[in-house]
Amino acid sequence: MKIYVKYFASVRDIMGKDSEDLKIETSLSANELWKSLTVGKKTPIRVLVAVNHEYVDKNFKLKNGDEIAFFPPVTGG
Amino acid sequence: MKIEIMNEKFDPWQSLVDYKKNVLQNNPKIGATSVFVGTVRDFNDDEEVQNMELEHYPGMTEKYLEDIVNAAIKKYKIIDGLVIHRVGALEPTDPIVIVASWSEHRDNAFNATRDIMEALKAEAPFWKKESTNNGFRWVEPTIGEENNIDEI
Repeated sequence: MKIYVKYFASVRDIMGKDSEDLKIETSLSANELWKSLTVGKKTPIRVLVAVNHEYVDKNFKLKNGDEIAFFPPVTGG
Repeated sequence: MKIEIMNEKFDPWQSLVDYKKNVLQNNPKIGATSVFVGTVRDFNDDEEVQNMELEHYPGMTEKYLEDIVNAAIKKYKIIDGLVIHRVGALEPTDPIVIVASWSEHRDNAFNATRDIMEALKAEAPFWKKESTNNGFRWVEPTIGEENNIDEI
């Protein structure tokens, strides 16, 4: 299945890109995807994840066509 | 309700006057207006801040701001709410955000404005990158402002 991955702020700096389209196996969780994308990278301790513009927990199972975003804790206002 | 993400410098007070004039007009039910304006400081964590870059997640930001204002409308029965937030390049003294709530009585306006602002800081996907004498740094959330959102 196909998913769309976005990275923001310090996570984008670490990943070296702001987005990528991926073909993945079915039934990957958000956490499993993050682990596979960051093998060998020094990742921040705290990373939030959103799917289709909603915060999800790390065990959220991805579906075909999902947009998943990884980013650090927010600092607006 | 008004939710807006601004790429350019804006005058929060003029935005307030315009919204009152063009949208709320002379609504006679309004007895209280509560306003919060956040501006860029020239210091943070004992370092001088020269300027700042504010990034956001288009689409998700607007959705969360709408949800946050709708929650305040429901909880405090406010008549209306407004949030305008800057992104892009900012300098000290530039306005970052304005939150305004209109209600029949002051308690609800005060509480709604505070709730909206606190929820914005905890949930809305914005990130600040400061330029200091030691280079760039991503701002970390202040202790006590952290949210309950699950982390990886």
